[in-house]
Amino acid sequence: MIRLQNVSKQYSNGKAVDDISFFIKEGETLVLLGTSGCGKTTTLRMINRLTEPTQGDITINGQNIKTQSPELLRRGIGYVLQHHGLFPHYTVAENISIVPNLLKWTKEKTTSRVNELLEKLELPLKVANLYPAQLSGGQQQRVGLARALAANAPVLLMDEPLGALDPVTRASIRKEFNTLDELKRKTILMVTHDVQEAFELGDRICLMNEGKIVQIGTATELLFKPSNDFVSTFFKEQRFQLELESIQLKDIWQLLPKTIEGTDEKVLSPETTLWEAIDTISQATGLGAERFVTTVNNQNKQVETGSLMAAYTAYKNSFTA
Amino acid sequence: MNEQQQSLWSFIQQQSDKLLQQTAAHIGLTFISLLLSIIIGIPLGIWISRKKQWSGTVLGIAGVLQTIPSIALLGFMIPLLGIGVKPAIVALMLYAFLPIIRNTFTGINQVNAAVTDAAKGMGMTSNQILFKVELPLAMPVILAGIRTATVINVGVATLAAYIAAGGLGEFIFGGIALNNTNMILAGAIPAALLAIFFDFLLARVQQLNIRNARISLIIFPIILIVLSSFYLLPATIKGKMLAGFTPEFMGRSDGYLGLKDKYKLNIRTVVISDAIMYKAAFENQLDVISGYSTDGRLKAYDLVVLNDDKTIFPPYYAAPIVRQDALIKYPELEPALNLLSGRIKDSVMTDLNYRVDHLKESPEKVAKEFLMRQNLYKKPRNGNKGIVRLGSKIFGEQYILLQMYSMLINGNTDLQVETKTGLGGTKICFDALNNNQIDMYPEYTGTGLLVILQPKNNIVQEIIGNKEKVYEYVQKEFINQYKIKWLKPIGFNNAYALMMRKKQADELHIRTISDLKMFIDNN
Repeated sequence: MIRLQNVSKQYSNGKAVDDISFFIKEGETLVLLGTSGCGKTTTLRMINRLTEPTQGDITINGQNIKTQSPELLRRGIGYVLQHHGLFPHYTVAENISIVPNLLKWTKEKTTSRVNELLEKLELPLKVANLYPAQLSGGQQQRVGLARALAANAPVLLMDEPLGALDPVTRASIRKEFNTLDELKRKTILMVTHDVQEAFELGDRICLMNEGKIVQIGTATELLFKPSNDFVSTFFKEQRFQLELESIQLKDIWQLLPKTIEGTDEKVLSPETTLWEAIDTISQATGLGAERFVTTVNNQNKQVETGSLMAAYTAYKNSFTA
Repeated sequence: MNEQQQSLWSFIQQQSDKLLQQTAAHIGLTFISLLLSIIIGIPLGIWISRKKQWSGTVLGIAGVLQTIPSIALLGFMIPLLGIGVKPAIVALMLYAFLPIIRNTFTGINQVNAAVTDAAKGMGMTSNQILFKVELPLAMPVILAGIRTATVINVGVATLAAYIAAGGLGEFIFGGIALNNTNMILAGAIPAALLAIFFDFLLARVQQLNIRNARISLIIFPIILIVLSSFYLLPATIKGKMLAGFTPEFMGRSDGYLGLKDKYKLNIRTVVISDAIMYKAAFENQLDVISGYSTDGRLKAYDLVVLNDDKTIFPPYYAAPIVRQDALIKYPELEPALNLLSGRIKDSVMTDLNYRVDHLKESPEKVAKEFLMRQNLYKKPRNGNKGIVRLGSKIFGEQYILLQMYSMLINGNTDLQVETKTGLGGTKICFDALNNNQIDMYPEYTGTGLLVILQPKNNIVQEIIGNKEKVYEYVQKEFINQYKIKWLKPIGFNNAYALMMRKKQADELHIRTISDLKMFIDNN
């Protein structure tokens, strides 16, 4: 859907982006991850032409973005900013209606869309007539997202969408993002410096450094098949948690011990991450003896902390071997 | 003199028509210039917020404009735009520029970058960003600039009275010239109240919340235009003839008040400074002006003095006044000085003044040529009998007279002359004479009476209409009080006078002030 080919951006003080190429499939979420100044925001801003590349081509749906006027291009791309960028002199409803109004939607259509989004983002209807300054930080960020989604743009650019929030609010909004059906259908490019966020929200992660792509791939690829030392050092601090979070039960199913038949087991979905599984089991064992199983191809395997950890180690070793 | 004793309140009541008219003109002047300044300043501020490389230049120029003293700025405007409303509006507009341009620039720059970035990122055009985002968000800062500009304009607009643009300055400067506190306050208090009131009003507009602010964006320009139109109100009182009088003349009983009182003259007037009045008459911007009857500009601009047939203007006959002890010590001095008596008529003095003031010839040359024509010039005798000290006030006519007296003394006596020119005004000159710093200077009978002697009102009224009586009175009193002698008058009368363009006066057959009144009443 979005393709960058040998894109560079040269500033007077050096190259902010240096010969970058990648492709984002329709419906995929790609996260640009990296430290400040690595060129990730510049890369994102070149896609809606807030920054013009010095070299290279960018296409959306096979069409070069230069063939369209920047304004028309941008109206077809949702844009979420770190500091939400809501208009302080517009009400929430007016803020959400900006792009529909630019596209000359009817009043009725816009109003019903605004109400629909408020509902989906779990914002009370009464906030529609409030000004951004009257909302909490989390609410402001949700309104910022609603505004980007309003005109049903198929592509969404998110620049540190949760960067300005406190960790608790971040975590809860991240969960909401993950469950929001509107986001699932969209092709998303997101910029973040938060590793946790990248792993949670990204289908694939593109790790950048000094204007270049260091590695692009899924979370497990980055963790278990790092292309160089930079990649492995980058995740060092949170490696254990990240690994447990990125591995799902179905990934290690083969490595779990043989099935033991039994009754009254609790069933965990094969998409459950190790982190979640261990969390669930440890909480349950506190209450009493419970058995957990997971089912792949109609075949049950028992899930317990000890066997999970053994499987995890074996899984990890399979990459280094 | 009576005016000074009455209370401020009764002055205001008495002059309420004029006060209202001046206030309306003042408001109109303030806001029409403000409106123009906004119309030009805000786009300019927007432009430099887009082209930052120009911001230094534009703000620099606006800043320099503001540092020019207001009266000088008004003065610069006259050669370009003449007198009256136009130069005043332009000058005030230039004054209002700095706060408006700077605040527009700052206001737009301080809009949160994330907001403009979002606006751009959502696909708003740069015009949409300007009108829907930047200007509304910059509005409080821009309004603060407009507020500053308003207060500045209310203040500076008082100076507009100097160039016949009206406003409360007419009272203020008239009051200063006449030393009439009530008149000053009658102009100054409303001006101050206007400043406070508009400042308060704009402060309220600034504090409006966002919703109401949008409404105010529509209402504010309307109010501004309505206030600007105040200026048109006084202009609706039309007349065929327009008179320009100095602030001092406007308030004097031997000036405009006397014209109304004794002649029942009912002419449309504007207040204007002496410095530009003659030229304005010449350029057809004024029809009648108040001037001095021997002023050289009378000739330079081809003006004619209207005969004061009801004698409201006191006589100002020039004559040398000399310390009596000097006359006794040097008996030959008096006959030498009296050689000039009766020799210079009004028109002759006007011509001499014209040559000095306008043609920039030296007083010495003009004096010498005149004496030669009159066969009064004699070669200096270079005697050394003693020294006579001659003084003069600080204007051309006095310099010329001084040179003549100096030549007459040198040519007819063995005395030596020491001149002290440029002794400021009447007070300095007279004090120098009275304190034996100088021995003589040329003085005017009216000045001797009204400025130096200041007798009781009934005495003034009794003698003021008669030039002989005034001369006799000052001669007697100066000897008695100061031992200073008035010698014989030189002949000319440098008094207040009404003047018109010669051509116009001839066409309309106006010779006297009564003729002028008849003409105005019949049209």
